[in-house]
Amino acid sequence: MRTLLFLLRKEFRQIFRNVTILRMILLMPVMQLLILPNAANFEVKNITVCIVDHDHSVGSQRLVTSITASGYFKLALATPSYRDAMQLIEADKADLILEIPNGFDRNLVRDNKQTLFIAVNAINGVKANLGAAYLNTIITQYNAQLRTQWIQPTRFGPVSQIEISALNKFNPYLNYKVYMVPGIMAFLVTMVAAYLSALNIVKEKESGTIEQINVTPIRKYQFILGKLIPFWVLGLVVFTIGLLVMRFVYGIVPEGSVFLLYGFAVVYIFSVLGMGLLVSTYAETQQQAMFVAFFFIMIFIMLGGLFTSIDSMPAWAQVITRFNPVRYFIEVMRMVVIRGSTFDDIKMHFLAVIGMGIVLNGWAVLNYRKTS
Amino acid sequence: MHDVVIRTQELSKHFGAFVAVDKISFDVPAGEIFGFLGANGAGKTTAMRMLSGLSRPTSGAATVAGFDVFTQPEEIKRTIGYMSQKFSLYEDLTVRENITFFGGIYGLSDSAIKEKSDLLIEQLGLQGEVKKLVGSLPLGWKQKLAFSVAMIHDPKIVFLDEPTGGVDPLTRRQFWELIYAAADRGVTIFVTTHYMDEAEYCHRVSIMVDGAIKALDTPRDLKQTYQAPTMDAVFYHLARGAQRSAD
Repeated sequence: MRTLLFLLRKEFRQIFRNVTILRMILLMPVMQLLILPNAANFEVKNITVCIVDHDHSVGSQRLVTSITASGYFKLALATPSYRDAMQLIEADKADLILEIPNGFDRNLVRDNKQTLFIAVNAINGVKANLGAAYLNTIITQYNAQLRTQWIQPTRFGPVSQIEISALNKFNPYLNYKVYMVPGIMAFLVTMVAAYLSALNIVKEKESGTIEQINVTPIRKYQFILGKLIPFWVLGLVVFTIGLLVMRFVYGIVPEGSVFLLYGFAVVYIFSVLGMGLLVSTYAETQQQAMFVAFFFIMIFIMLGGLFTSIDSMPAWAQVITRFNPVRYFIEVMRMVVIRGSTFDDIKMHFLAVIGMGIVLNGWAVLNYRKTS
Repeated sequence: MHDVVIRTQELSKHFGAFVAVDKISFDVPAGEIFGFLGANGAGKTTAMRMLSGLSRPTSGAATVAGFDVFTQPEEIKRTIGYMSQKFSLYEDLTVRENITFFGGIYGLSDSAIKEKSDLLIEQLGLQGEVKKLVGSLPLGWKQKLAFSVAMIHDPKIVFLDEPTGGVDPLTRRQFWELIYAAADRGVTIFVTTHYMDEAEYCHRVSIMVDGAIKALDTPRDLKQTYQAPTMDAVFYHLARGAQRSAD
């Protein structure tokens, strides 16, 4: 026990003496949490639409206004012909073409019917699909407006209509930040815990101090705990900073218990530290440790559900994600923060992460040898 | 005659097909300064690492302070001091913090640590540098400090792996004064070196060539046996036949 205290005192002294790393630990989460959620979201905006208006009527103008007013579209240079518009698409200066035929307004009034033409630049598939869908919705709405203006309400509508009313549960305004911030916090805690712990022991290997430690009667578990606890504390500090930024910058108040979040973070950091330690027992230089840790963290983040929803991954990839601790933390963060889940809802997550923690740490302890 | 504190019998270490240490056998009595000479790559460090419980021998037998190197490496670690070739104190801790840390993990009491640190700092003349980071000290001072830290728990045996490499002659002399002082207290010193003048300071010297011990005697008897005027000539005579290239 006393030995452990000496180890901890030494580790904390070294951490506090390394001002650069300390600053990184404190500033990195704040910077990332301020930048990422605002930049990296799934909303498709700024779709450039090129409108070829052959009609130049009041009706076509009103349609164009309602398209620009939606906020999703930007108008490209107006072109007189479809061919000119195609050139814009080929130059990647436009994503969509909407062609309004000559006599659009007149025919709509007279024949009660009109055809519009949409061409989509499908290089960026998501943008193209969503853009076309948004445009469709806007045109349908425009159409519905016209109908209510022209057709006197009768007792029985000429066409029976099914109106769908949707309710967005848990995140009523579809605010992507509410979805992204908790996920990014999980990612930050992972980075700090896994990298710092992996590099720390390897640094001692490089400087030769680990040999001096190995030749003392120190116990393996004491040494490993002496390395785990400081980074455990640092991980929780980063987590706390994240929670504060989430609360005071984004105004997101966790629906569920903050204690539950901390409880999960404690277990989670334990398991990620195990990964860092494991890497450090195999790596001989800081470069090796950095690359190996980077490789795993990259995969963990990509397959963690932060950007790509796990449900939309192929079945084999979904199997991989079950062995990815980051996935569980991101899920728990979103469940507890957004949905207000309780311990009962996330107990399987607890089990999975504890299991991985035991395996990774156990492996690291076995693989760390005082006598080679 | 003193008790034997280090005894090896045909101790070997193989790394795959490479035989780093080839069946070495010797005894070291308590209180002796035992010099371990050899060219780079001769297997000195490997032999020393086996004896200090850092590396598991492949075959043979050895006891250090009565403990078996195969089964009791942790007991050995409790009774020995070790100073590696690479400087190995924490450069980002101060002089006193390093002493305190190593004292602490050897299980010294707080008062003993305090007493030891004050004594060490005074002996080494580091009073003015107590609060400096070890990384900022000149190499010679670092080495003397590392030696003193390796001795902090009053070990019976201390292993020194090229302790004076890269150090100026004056500091080397001071270093050897520290070694003599320790030997006078009854500590057994096991030291590797490249400097032949240092070999003359040892009570007995063994010369390793290609993993095996080629000669083992007092410096005076070695010079006589090989009809050489200096240890330098003895070493040259023996190491000339080495097959391994220095690494």
